[in-house]
This record gives sequence, C-alpha cells and structure tokens, in this order.
Amino acid sequence: MRAPMAALPLRAEGLCFGAGGVGILHDLSLAIEAGPPLLIIGPNGAGKSVLLRLLHGLLCPTAGRIAWEGAGMRRDAMVFQRPVMLRRSALANVEYPLALAGLPRAARRARAAAALAEAGLAALAGRPARRLSGGEQQRLALARAAALRPEVLFLDEPCASLDPAATRAVEVAITGLAARGCKIVMTTHDLAQARRLAGEVGFLHRGRLLEHAPAEAFFAGPRAPEAAAFLRGELLA
Amino acid sequence: MNDLGTAFATALDLVAAGDPALLRITGLSLRVSLLATACAALIGLPLGALLTVARFPGRQALITLLNALMGLPPVVAGLLIYLLLSRSGPLGALGLLFTPTAMVIAQTVLITPILAALSRQVLEGLWDEYAEQLRSFGAGPWRAVPTLLRDGRFALLTVLLAGFGRASAEVGAVMVVGGNIEGFTRVMTTAIALETSKGDLPLALALGTILMAIVLTVNVAAQGLRGLAARMGG
Repeated sequence: MRAPMAALPLRAEGLCFGAGGVGILHDLSLAIEAGPPLLIIGPNGAGKSVLLRLLHGLLCPTAGRIAWEGAGMRRDAMVFQRPVMLRRSALANVEYPLALAGLPRAARRARAAAALAEAGLAALAGRPARRLSGGEQQRLALARAAALRPEVLFLDEPCASLDPAATRAVEVAITGLAARGCKIVMTTHDLAQARRLAGEVGFLHRGRLLEHAPAEAFFAGPRAPEAAAFLRGELLA
Repeated sequence: MNDLGTAFATALDLVAAGDPALLRITGLSLRVSLLATACAALIGLPLGALLTVARFPGRQALITLLNALMGLPPVVAGLLIYLLLSRSGPLGALGLLFTPTAMVIAQTVLITPILAALSRQVLEGLWDEYAEQLRSFGAGPWRAVPTLLRDGRFALLTVLLAGFGRASAEVGAVMVVGGNIEGFTRVMTTAIALETSKGDLPLALALGTILMAIVLTVNVAAQGLRGLAARMGG
C-alpha cells in the first residue's frame, strides 16, 4: 500500500478560545508530530475537549492559528466521549463516512467489513448500531474512524462512560491503531489510562498548556507544580 | 333521535352494499389527498430538514411563517388557488379550475407548511445528536439533509400521516377550487356538507363514517409506527 503524503506536523500557535465572554483556552501553542500517542490530561474544565475540537476544526479559535504543515492533505478523524450512532446497521455506520469521502460502493463495503472484523465486531455488522452496548458502540465508533485511515485520530475521553472490560477493549484498539502509524491525540482525566497509553503527555490546566513532554519524563518528574500536584492526586482548583 | 337512528342504519346499509356513488366519492377523496400529501412531502420534508441544519439570515422568520401557515384556513388556501387558476388569473389558460388537479394543488398548498414545520420539529432532536459527528465526517448541510430524512424516516412517517389527515378532512379548499361537481370533483367532505344541507342524512352519515374510519386507521398506523420505530432503536 502506497502511503499518502503526510499532513503532519500540526502546529497551533497562540490559540485562544472563548465562548460567551468566558475564556476557555489562553495563548496555547502546541506542535503535534508523527509518533506515539499524545495524551492530553488535566482536571475537568481545563479545556481538553475544546482543544481537540479546535484542532479537528469543529470550532474556530477566537485568536491564533492552526496549521497542518506537511505537504499532504489532512486526514484526521474524531471519536467523541458519547459515540454518535447513526440510525442504521453497524456496517452502514462504517460505510457512511467512506461514502462521504468518495469511495465507490464496492470498495467501501469491503473496507467497512474489514474494519468491523478488525474491531471484533463482524458478528454485529447487520445489527442496528443503536441497539449495541455502550462498549460495542464506542468500538464501532473507533472502527468507523479507523476505516477512514486517518493520519491523526482525535479521541475525546473515549472511555469515560465505559466499564473496565469495555475500556480495555477500546484501549487495545487504540494501541493497535497507534502501532500502525496513526497519530493518536487523546484526552483523558484518568491518570492510570494516561500511563498505559501515552508516548507523550500534554498537561492542560485552566486553559493553558503547562507542560508537553515525553511520557516517561513527565511521569518521572513533571516540571509544572500544578502537574506534580495533579499526579499526586490532589484536587486542583 | 329516531331520525338519527334510522339515518345511521341506512348509512351502514350503503357502506355494506358498496353504493357506487359512495365508492366513487371515497375513491376521489383518497386519490386527491394522497397525491397532495405526496406532492407536499416532496417540497415540505426537504425544506423542514434544510431549516433544521442550515443557519442563514431570515431562518427564524421563515420558521415563524411556516408555523403560522400551519393554521392557514383551508378556504383561504382554496381562494388563493382559485385566483391563480380562474380564467382571468395568471394560470387561467391551463383550464384547471374545477378539476381534481386543482384540488390536489390547493391541498398541497395547504399542507406543505404543515409538513415542513412538523418535520423541522421532529428532526431537531436528531440533528442535535448528529450535528457534530456529521461535521467531523465533513458533511455539509446539503449532505446532512438526505441523512436526516433517511434516519428520521419513522418520525417523518407520522408527520406524513398528520398531513394526510389534515388534507382528507378539510372541506374549504376542495370546495372552492373543485366546485363539488357530482361525479367529477365531489369528495367526501364536500358531499357531506351538501347532503347535510339537502337533508339527505344517510349518505352524509355514511360518508362521515367512512371518513372517521380512515382518520382512525391513519392514527392507529401512526401509533404503530412509533412503536415500531422504538423497537428498531430509532
């Protein structure tokens, strides 16, 4: 398979975002390059979800800029905290974005079936997606995003409402994607999960990116005092 | 009350015997209202979906207008179409006035705003859920419209039934543009109005019974569809 040209690195500079007069992100700069998963951690309300939506293009920054600096077309997808299941079969859910991407019918049927098989959901292909369990829905959402073969996959707290078994299944899928070269950019407020998955960590607090470091270095000794407090399990105000 | 009892008995006889006039009138009623519902659906449902997904200046005003038009009196709709189709009107040359086609047009005008306004209402919730995901997939408003229409199909069927119920039950519009011509443009509601004023209660009651049965069937179907939709995980 010929690898398409890369759109990474993705660079955000001086990013600000506010809604209704309330500042959510302040002067945030971040460079995302190909490599192991980037986990964005921080307390609730730090602006993690907003950051992902800005990077994915669902929100427009009030100031600053976001640029894909590679030569290729951007290929990024997103999986949300609560999976949005179209009112159709699991297979048709995976086919839908492929159709939008312009894939001919036969090709998208094959690719969607392969994505379901890979996610261990082949047996559920014909079931209405909304009748699946929460864990199955999130795995389906992941398979649906993965079928687009994104260069970057944004995941917004994908396991926040899942039980441990479903969380494990989703983490296995994420690790698998990362191993095949997909850049994972994921938010979580679960430190243990961040330790399991992260190759690099971004620590977000009150709308500011206080630290962005390789996971090992970050967990061994974060530079920002707020990050150290967060790692100790203190409640950050 | 004895009169009513006799009239009702005769009415049932007419229905049971399959009276030809009764069948003709019922058939035309169904044809006109079904055709009008189909025409209104082609315009009203996509319009409702577009109003759900698109944000443009004047959107709120258009929604208010549609909601107001839901209460458009049928005689007024009939009058508008009458003016358009009458010999001296802009479309007079077509010679459509006092034909079933004119009745279809009038009912289409009457229920298109109903279908558009109701479909916007029922699709709003679906769109709240879908909007962000579809934008993430790169689907613009034009692509979102068919998606909403497809995935909201069960709710939309009940909207269609509401439109059909309104069309088949109205008398003003078809009376004005159809003229209630026997054997040609006479439908159930106009026949009931005429026979009642003539004092021929059995035929009026027979038609009324059939009309009630149709409306009841439509509502039962709507109920059943909602149940089906719930079971399908809609």
